[in-house]
Amino acid sequence: MELQKFTYDNKLTNYFIWATVGWGLVGMLVGLTLALELIFPNLSGEISWLVFSRIRPVHTNAAIFAFVGNGFFAAIYYSMPRLLKTPMYSKALGNIHFWGWQLIIVLAALTYPFGFTQSKEYAELIWPIDVLVVVIWVVFGLNMFITIINRRVKHIYVAIWFYIATWVTIAVLYIVNNLALPVTLTLSYPIYAGIQDALVQWWYGHNAVAFFLTTPILGMMYYFIPKAANRPIYSYKLSIIHFWALIFLYIWAGPHHLLYSALPDWAQALGVVFSVMLIAPSWGGMINGLLTLRGAWDKVREDPVLKMFVVGVTAYGMATFEGPMLSLKTVNALSHFTDWTIAHVHIGTLGWNSMMNFGMIYWLVPKLFKTKLYSAKLANAHFWIATLGMLFFSIPLYFAGFTQALMWKEFTAEGFLAYPNFLETVTQILPMYYLRAFGGTLYVIGAVLFIYNVWKTAAQGSFVRYENDEAAAKAPAKPKESFHRRLEGRPLQFTVFALVAILIGGLVEIIPMYLVKSNIPTIAAVKPYTPLELEGRDVYIAEGCYLCHSQMIRPFRNETERYGEYTKAGETVYDHPFLFGSKRTGPDLARAGVKSLPNYKPDSWHFNHMINPQKVSPESIMPAYPWLADNEIDLSVTPDKIKAMRTLGVPYAEGFEDIAVDDLKAQYAEIAKGLRSSGIEVGDNKEIVALIAYLQRLGTDVYNNK
Amino acid sequence: MSVIIILVIVGIVVASLFLIGFIWAVKSGQYEDMYSPSVRILFDDYKESANNDDGDMLADNNIPENKYKNDKISNQ
Repeated sequence: MELQKFTYDNKLTNYFIWATVGWGLVGMLVGLTLALELIFPNLSGEISWLVFSRIRPVHTNAAIFAFVGNGFFAAIYYSMPRLLKTPMYSKALGNIHFWGWQLIIVLAALTYPFGFTQSKEYAELIWPIDVLVVVIWVVFGLNMFITIINRRVKHIYVAIWFYIATWVTIAVLYIVNNLALPVTLTLSYPIYAGIQDALVQWWYGHNAVAFFLTTPILGMMYYFIPKAANRPIYSYKLSIIHFWALIFLYIWAGPHHLLYSALPDWAQALGVVFSVMLIAPSWGGMINGLLTLRGAWDKVREDPVLKMFVVGVTAYGMATFEGPMLSLKTVNALSHFTDWTIAHVHIGTLGWNSMMNFGMIYWLVPKLFKTKLYSAKLANAHFWIATLGMLFFSIPLYFAGFTQALMWKEFTAEGFLAYPNFLETVTQILPMYYLRAFGGTLYVIGAVLFIYNVWKTAAQGSFVRYENDEAAAKAPAKPKESFHRRLEGRPLQFTVFALVAILIGGLVEIIPMYLVKSNIPTIAAVKPYTPLELEGRDVYIAEGCYLCHSQMIRPFRNETERYGEYTKAGETVYDHPFLFGSKRTGPDLARAGVKSLPNYKPDSWHFNHMINPQKVSPESIMPAYPWLADNEIDLSVTPDKIKAMRTLGVPYAEGFEDIAVDDLKAQYAEIAKGLRSSGIEVGDNKEIVALIAYLQRLGTDVYNNK
Repeated sequence: MSVIIILVIVGIVVASLFLIGFIWAVKSGQYEDMYSPSVRILFDDYKESANNDDGDMLADNNIPENKYKNDKISNQ
């Protein structure tokens, strides 16, 4: 057989590595800022674009898409050509992929702090950037799949299967979750409403964790651990079972994010069952990774790369054990909405994702620059600082989670809530927040050592851009009839394929109608928002209020006592997007407007609280939002918003958009008059009044018609 | 809750794609040898190319002579 010579190009691997390093530091620094803002709520001063709720998406997106994303792209561009003995198909596509991805990251960082967001966690990007994401993802996919087709090695190594699963699933999830109707260049409303939107979002959200933060990193594990330890994976067969079992189970687990919500019970149960089953393949993978190092533990003692990998894979095992446990309804009743979730995800990111990235880069940079690691000692120091940082981050938050959940649920002997004031349960856990910030600081220090070390390593070596390799040519394909010719000879298969094609077309037409229809309310008292409330809702989204305040009261006595009647699916039918939230740093707001409930607050309280929360409740950790009293709502867009909502199935009367602004002004004047009688002067069209109108509406439909 | 039907359909479609992938992998003999692939990846015999002197990483024009020339599948 003919032997062919070819060349690997390391340029893009190198680029992706430095992007990983740079964005990683940015993501961690923003995270540390957030941790500090929770202790010192007014750390951001009165700078709107530094407030907790606006930069929290910057942190999560930077960690996920910039740090982990660039990291596994580096892994793919390095490992795939070598595994397949074929250079990447196209340099041009590779360059577009690299620069396009960095552009997306920059655009995200330029939009979130200024309130441009879709509010769906890890899918906050506004619609024009979403379109760009899809284009770049397709470019990446083309480059990858053509390389696979051109391969010289017949066998597709297990790591590549993980890369393929990543691409396919993220493409489907991202598109389905981001289907939205644009209103302006920066604003769109999702086509789903309320509980349906929540289900789509968490189906996406869970699988973003599964297929962006897990499968590509597993591919990385199956390539770089054997390479770094110079021994084959413990069981190749197990790795194949790991792959297929994992991908078939993962995609059904999403509903575990909505336990005890208004989601139907059977869907919740389905999510739980699949989540529990996931332990098996996940632990199979963890054991496979760790046992690869059997007989090489002496190397682990010396080599910082292997140390990083060992802690990374162990954290994978911990997180994938904890995940199914958190999916059990009894555990979830306690953990949901608390810091327990935050601890859990940081075992995954600080432990699994980051350690795998660090290990890979410590191994790869000396190779790419034909030198030795600048300082193994420094890398070992980084390892210990990072491991301690992760523990100091997560363990206090576990305690914070248990403590707060138990305080929420505590009743006195007389049958009253033991801690009726939500703030008490926050001040109780503040010491844990200090420890978390300390852990985060350690982690950032470790990352700085890492960057210095990697930089020095690159500086002392010289970049090896091209590497030559040779392999036997791919066996020429047997001449065969065209696919279609063969298909024609098989009427049954042909019919099935045709049916599938028709079904896809049909679904595209039917689904939107079906969705609009099913959004028709099942609770007659529930009415669409007034124009002012709708504007207020958009302010609520832009400021990121939902990141600390849930709007989902679970059917537990302690929650109904504290917040009022539990949330029903029929109440949410006009909510594009849903705003259930996933964390209660502050109290739930689903019934904020109901006057008969103990936590009701008048308009003037809301006004003062928004301008300066500590003036109203001195120990509050909510930041101030003084700019809400200055910023104005854009009335020119209001009619378009009404029209868009009607297109999505919200029953505004025909022609209502023409009188929407008048309606808005009338309601505005009413509230402004009320505020004036409390001694508060407010100008025209201020965001704060719209927000108050929205908050006072929450929950009232159900209560006033009881 | 009609959206759940759509999600189930999308889920089944994605799962079916993977199932097809799995059947293809088994039928085309991907898993006939469950040992040597894990060892094969450890053998790196590629060498640094002679054309790495140019330090300009941004330029795409310093591609070695034999770059991609033999990359096409030939039937000779």
